[in-house]
Amino acid sequence: MDIGDKIAAARNRKGWSQARLAQALGQAQTTVSSWERGRTEPTRSDVARLSEVLGVPNLDGMPSVAAAPGEIEDLIHERLFSFPGQHFLSVHDLTRPDAEALIDLSDAFVALSRQRAKHSDLLAGRTLVNLFFENSTRTQASFEIAAKRLGADVITMNPGASSIAKGETLIDTAATLNAMQPDLLVIRHKSSGSASLLAQKVDGSVINAGDGQHEHPTQAVLDALSIKRAFGKVEGLTVAICGDILHSRVARSNIGMLQILGASVRIIAPKTLIPSEAHRWGCEVFTDMRTGLEGCDVVMMLRLQLERMQGGFVPSTREYFRFFGLDREKLAFAKPGARVMHPGPMNRGVEIDSDVADDLSISLIQDQVEMGVAARMAVLASLAARLGNMR
Amino acid sequence: MSRPIAFTNVRLVDPETAYDGPGGIIVRDGLIVEVARGAAADTGPDIQVIDGKGRLLCPGLVDMRVKTGEPGSETKETLKSASRAAAAGGVTSIVVQPDTLPAIDEPAMVDFILRRARDIELVHVYPAGAATRDLGGAEMAEIGLMKDAGAVYITDGDRPIVDSKLFRRILTYASGFGMMVAHRPVDPWLAKGGAVHASEFAGRYGLPSIPAIAERIMLERDLAIAEVTKSRLLVDQISSMEGLESLARGRSRGIDVVASVSINHLSFNELDVGDYRTFAKLDPPLRAEDDRQALIEALASGLIDIVVSAHAPEPAESKRLPFDEAAPGSVGLETLLPGLLALHHDERMPLTDLIATVTLKPANLLGLKCGRIARGAPADLILVDLNAPRLIDADKLLSKSKNSAFDGRRLQGEVVMTLVDGRVVFGG
Repeated sequence: MDIGDKIAAARNRKGWSQARLAQALGQAQTTVSSWERGRTEPTRSDVARLSEVLGVPNLDGMPSVAAAPGEIEDLIHERLFSFPGQHFLSVHDLTRPDAEALIDLSDAFVALSRQRAKHSDLLAGRTLVNLFFENSTRTQASFEIAAKRLGADVITMNPGASSIAKGETLIDTAATLNAMQPDLLVIRHKSSGSASLLAQKVDGSVINAGDGQHEHPTQAVLDALSIKRAFGKVEGLTVAICGDILHSRVARSNIGMLQILGASVRIIAPKTLIPSEAHRWGCEVFTDMRTGLEGCDVVMMLRLQLERMQGGFVPSTREYFRFFGLDREKLAFAKPGARVMHPGPMNRGVEIDSDVADDLSISLIQDQVEMGVAARMAVLASLAARLGNMR
Repeated sequence: MSRPIAFTNVRLVDPETAYDGPGGIIVRDGLIVEVARGAAADTGPDIQVIDGKGRLLCPGLVDMRVKTGEPGSETKETLKSASRAAAAGGVTSIVVQPDTLPAIDEPAMVDFILRRARDIELVHVYPAGAATRDLGGAEMAEIGLMKDAGAVYITDGDRPIVDSKLFRRILTYASGFGMMVAHRPVDPWLAKGGAVHASEFAGRYGLPSIPAIAERIMLERDLAIAEVTKSRLLVDQISSMEGLESLARGRSRGIDVVASVSINHLSFNELDVGDYRTFAKLDPPLRAEDDRQALIEALASGLIDIVVSAHAPEPAESKRLPFDEAAPGSVGLETLLPGLLALHHDERMPLTDLIATVTLKPANLLGLKCGRIARGAPADLILVDLNAPRLIDADKLLSKSKNSAFDGRRLQGEVVMTLVDGRVVFGG
């Protein structure tokens, strides 16, 4: 019995219609119906909420895919594809079919990660170097776990402070590492274009884990996966990205990815945090949260770097929260059942109210972290599949 | 004295008389002594005759904006390596910028450069003197003494003089000595931290940007000060439509203002940065295609007076970095002429007018006798194969640094021979 059947059974026992359940959950009826028909899966937070609303404790904690032994592995092999290029530097490296294949593969890895035995041997014998010039606990950990679950040897380096202080450049570091023959290099660096520079100098595959204010493409994959699992689709949805668009690599990657997948994207921010030509990005641009959120399915909040206050972009955190922080009152302007996302780490009370962030019936924030590992497994596995063809 | 040389069967281009036609010349004792138009010049038995085979013969180029690394940063470029590059590029006079270590901000430094150039004996080298001591933007440098020592104009190079009162005094004081002041029009606060032109491209690539109004704002100030002080201002490397509008207004008000543009801004736009190519990181930044087109039109109409190479050598260690950390600038001495000739091949400007922007006009601004094909003028000459196709390979350039924005670009036009004061310094 899969989760959809369990939901339907529990609902029927209560004598509720799908509409009644949807209302109790604060979700669209289509969402409930697509769960029950097995078209989509409720997220972990949805399951928690369902258990609570339906009064069925055992809905929680069960595997979302009740798989026979080997079934998930077969699914992964069926969905495994060869990444279109040697490197993953930008979401624009993907066409729509590539992006969809990547999301489907990620979805299979979610199932794998929920099993007790989470391992696969797709990266066995491969070496992955995590090169984090800028610190990031969650992205670094996410790549590390993803690579280890796939059986790769993983080395994490934080050359940020040490080697730069010694005058070693990115290129020097790249040349040194290249001599050690890594198959996959994950880089995060404060400068836009640094991942592309590294890619020109090494033989392995480079994965951009955030280059300055340019892109963070694996974040866009995991965000698209989270949205797809919550709504059953990405195409046709309206997604509002709110906050510091100007300095955000997450925004640039997400705008590109969501547009590739057929969603319509809005950006909402104070004018000082919107790039001057953003209206040419194919997004609708808003400076008022309430107008901008109207009719949105997804509200994606961005972190406001506190340095921006010194830069004169916004006067104070309290003024920012008043106009651009997401609370229930502003969220009420979005579509009923709208979901909230945040790439983390959050500044609670600056861009998002804890009341919204922690409400599992609204927030996908915890799901995003889980999806992050699966999405990165898919990226690494498909890049390695291509390497396999090359060598 | 060396043997006289006659050039016969050449396409003679003289920007002073706007002559573009067949002819020949005779060079003796470092000077042009005969100019024959149409018919061949008379040659005698003791004259070395060079058959030009219909190639272009025109004055050598005068490049008013060249950086070398000497003294202080000889790993970038020395006066010798720059002089060799200049000779190969058909540039017979260069004006070196004062932003060296130490800066050229006093007469002994001016003298040092001139002595080094005399020893190298390739092309003419003229120093520009700093406007402020150590280019600090705080105290006026010894403008009069530097002029006496041989400095040809006054500038703080890439650095704007922010203090308006000081800038006014510098313009006023320099004009009393008949010294032209060049100034880079850029508002340093708007430009701070910027790496590329502010545009959709910058936004997409997540690069910090420098808006065109940074140029306009400082240029408006400079023009207002030039107007009240009644002194000559050279606008250093104008780059934007906004700047051109200000410049045109200044001209129409009768302000004594002249302007330069770099060959890079006539040849490239912001999209040439492409995948974070640091060779295309320049100061001022490459702007939009509309700006480039407006710059070409302004050059053709005479609103912009001169073209410079903006030669700025940077070694690999300053360029092989993430884009925001890389040093700006491109070498240009060897690509100034072929880059400029693209405007001739594209029929954007008559050849005589085009050549004037790098010969006669800068020579006149500096008070030099070169830059023309006339009896009695110095024999600073170049023989050019106008149509020779070239693929620019930065690694083959003679500059010590290979950071050429033209790397990989296909151009037409090759210098066959360069003469400085009648001496062959390249080719032949």
